[in-house]
Amino acid sequence: MATEVLMPALSPTMTEGKIARWLKSEGEPVRAGDILAEIETDKATMEVEAIDEGVLAKIVIPEGTDHVAVNTPIAVIAGNGEQTVPAAKVPKRPPAEAPARPPPPPKRAAAPRAAPAETEYAGKTTTMTVREALRDAMAEEMRRDDTVFLIGEEVGEYQGAYKVSQGLLQEFGPRRVIDTPITEQGFTGLGVGAGFAGLRPIVEFMTFNFAMQAIDQIINSAGKTRYMSGGQMSCPIVFRGPNGIAARVAAQHSQCYASWYAHCPGLKVVAPYTGADHKGLLKAAIRDPNPVVFLEHELVYGESFAVPGDPEFIVPIGRARMARSGEHVTITAFSRVVKLVMQAAEELEKAGISAEVIDLRTLRPFDVETVVGSVKKTNRIVSVEEGWPFAGIGAELAAIMMEECFDWLDAPVKRVAGKDVPLPYAANLERLAVPQVEDIVAAVREVAYR
Amino acid sequence: MAVKRKSGSVQFAELGVSPKELLGYFRDMLLIRRFEERAGQMYGMGLIGGFCHLYIGQEAVVVGMQAVLKEGDTIVTSYRDHGHMLAAGMDPKGVMAELTGRLSGYSHGKGGSMHMFSREKNFFGGHGIVGAQVPIGTGLAFAHYYRGNGLICVTYLGDGAINQGQVYESFNMAALWKLPVIYAIENNRYGMGTSIDRASARTDLFHRGMAYGIPGEQVDGMNVLAVYEAGLAAAEHARSGQGPIILEMMTYRYRGHSMSDPAKYRTRDEVNKMRTEHDPIEQVRHRLLDNGANEGQLKQIEGEVRDRVAEAAQFAQDSPEPDPAELWTDVLAEA
Repeated sequence: MATEVLMPALSPTMTEGKIARWLKSEGEPVRAGDILAEIETDKATMEVEAIDEGVLAKIVIPEGTDHVAVNTPIAVIAGNGEQTVPAAKVPKRPPAEAPARPPPPPKRAAAPRAAPAETEYAGKTTTMTVREALRDAMAEEMRRDDTVFLIGEEVGEYQGAYKVSQGLLQEFGPRRVIDTPITEQGFTGLGVGAGFAGLRPIVEFMTFNFAMQAIDQIINSAGKTRYMSGGQMSCPIVFRGPNGIAARVAAQHSQCYASWYAHCPGLKVVAPYTGADHKGLLKAAIRDPNPVVFLEHELVYGESFAVPGDPEFIVPIGRARMARSGEHVTITAFSRVVKLVMQAAEELEKAGISAEVIDLRTLRPFDVETVVGSVKKTNRIVSVEEGWPFAGIGAELAAIMMEECFDWLDAPVKRVAGKDVPLPYAANLERLAVPQVEDIVAAVREVAYR
Repeated sequence: MAVKRKSGSVQFAELGVSPKELLGYFRDMLLIRRFEERAGQMYGMGLIGGFCHLYIGQEAVVVGMQAVLKEGDTIVTSYRDHGHMLAAGMDPKGVMAELTGRLSGYSHGKGGSMHMFSREKNFFGGHGIVGAQVPIGTGLAFAHYYRGNGLICVTYLGDGAINQGQVYESFNMAALWKLPVIYAIENNRYGMGTSIDRASARTDLFHRGMAYGIPGEQVDGMNVLAVYEAGLAAAEHARSGQGPIILEMMTYRYRGHSMSDPAKYRTRDEVNKMRTEHDPIEQVRHRLLDNGANEGQLKQIEGEVRDRVAEAAQFAQDSPEPDPAELWTDVLAEA
């Protein structure tokens, strides 16, 4: 049986090459692994090995020939009878061209559809801090499910760098409340592996600034593996900790990562403000079968809210919260700046401007429906965030407005964001760098033309 | 503690390996060899795209280690993963169909050579970022420890990954918490085009856990029985609650780093010497023939393996490409 040796593709980009040299001549016996020829590709000179035994019966393309297309027969090997490789036929290539158009994505409104409607909570509430609400959320879920555990720096004996995990070690013991060394990439990857194995880790970052050391594990390992496995794998894991600015801790400890994570398919991203939302969304995140990035805020930990006590109180991921109804302008915000926006709305009310405030709460999947519905009523929108403006959440919102609300807008979309500088230390400069109530008021007046 | 060993001197009978089991190792290694040769050939035909890292030469490592594992033990590795999957018992058809990017591939064509998984066979990937599989494997071991199920994880890494920081973060946590993990370093002497002596201040890697009190052994990774012997002891160590252990498998890849590697960083003589003097499959062939097996038996196995690979190759070409709708599926699990 004779086998044709085809011009091989020797790199992901090679379409043709040059036969630089034949190392075997016609009539010579060849064994598997023998070098037959050298081929110059677009990258380098490569050796072509014989895959089967036999005799080099014929050299079809002489050495020195350039622009030999991949899959062209270049030689013939006469087999020794044991050849089972289907000889000499150029295989059917998969159709090279993609379908002319990719299928449309699922409607963006799929996000809210995926989230069950939120029912009004009518049960008992307790006034507590956000810090306590987070702790209660974790404790309730750990009581409910033995696979849930908390891992991170100082979460156990120290009771949390920001005291969020207070009392958890005492209740659940060191098997489930695990103090780690200072080793972000390591304990994040360990959490991801435990998640693949079916546990439900809550990975606490002392702050999200330190999660940059671990972002490969969050995005490449936790976020992409379900897709890369064709749905076989899942990683039910929560990455949580304070995000954004703190107070006078300067640039390396003061950054908002909302848009970084919200950029990535395969993750869910949550950034709540109220105590009820912190509790209900963290419980939803822990129960979610997907990796959830849960962005908290150091300056919100101490704020007090009425928080539902029912252990089955859950806030669905994927729905924004209407924080305040209004008629003239929509303001969106998430995390700490919701508070500033609410103050700005009070001031604007005195000036006769009625602002509708949407607390986004979830950034991925994004609740387009709620924002679009509001803007179709107010015809104006101001986006407020602590992070940098370039490619930020506000930039995405502006694009959504162009796509979904172009005909409803009576003014350009306005963004209020952190200034485009690393956060300074000096008190006066720090204040200038982050959004203030007066910035929000000014932005709203600009789009309201009054 | 870190004991350098001389391996390969043991007789298989002393290890409790039966002639039948040895024949099984021969078959499993040959399956990997022939599968990878065919994958290389199909890459050359343009049927397989992207990066494709072949395992040829290293077969004894995964086959020897697989033989010491129990049902439920977990495995994770990096991107040179075809051998690990076949050794774990994954179907060559599904693996090859993933290489050709088809619907019947293990990841429905969405992962490719470097990203395949099998929950059923406890194979947790197939990870493309060098070193990232090490904390993941440590986490799989953590899950065994958390559940107290007596199982272990084998985490494979190469002599390239060994210099990543997260490897040492993992070593530290595994030793601190006595996690049941075997770190199997496949030292094939080259991290892509950089030889180990140009990458590592010390070129023997079995003592890389010494600072954490992790014992290490150097193993002749070309000899499946040496791998098996070391693997048995390591598995016992990890399973009995003594924590992690490192096995440095001295091995060699015959092919380039990937299909597009001209391999100019080493001589042809070096490759030929390994092939002719240390080939893992030939070693077992000789051992089998010396111990009563006959050529006919081996020929029969060779024929069966060839047929399985041919069948896988055909399957991988006949399977349809994923439906365009697959583009949007499997991003998130239904909450």
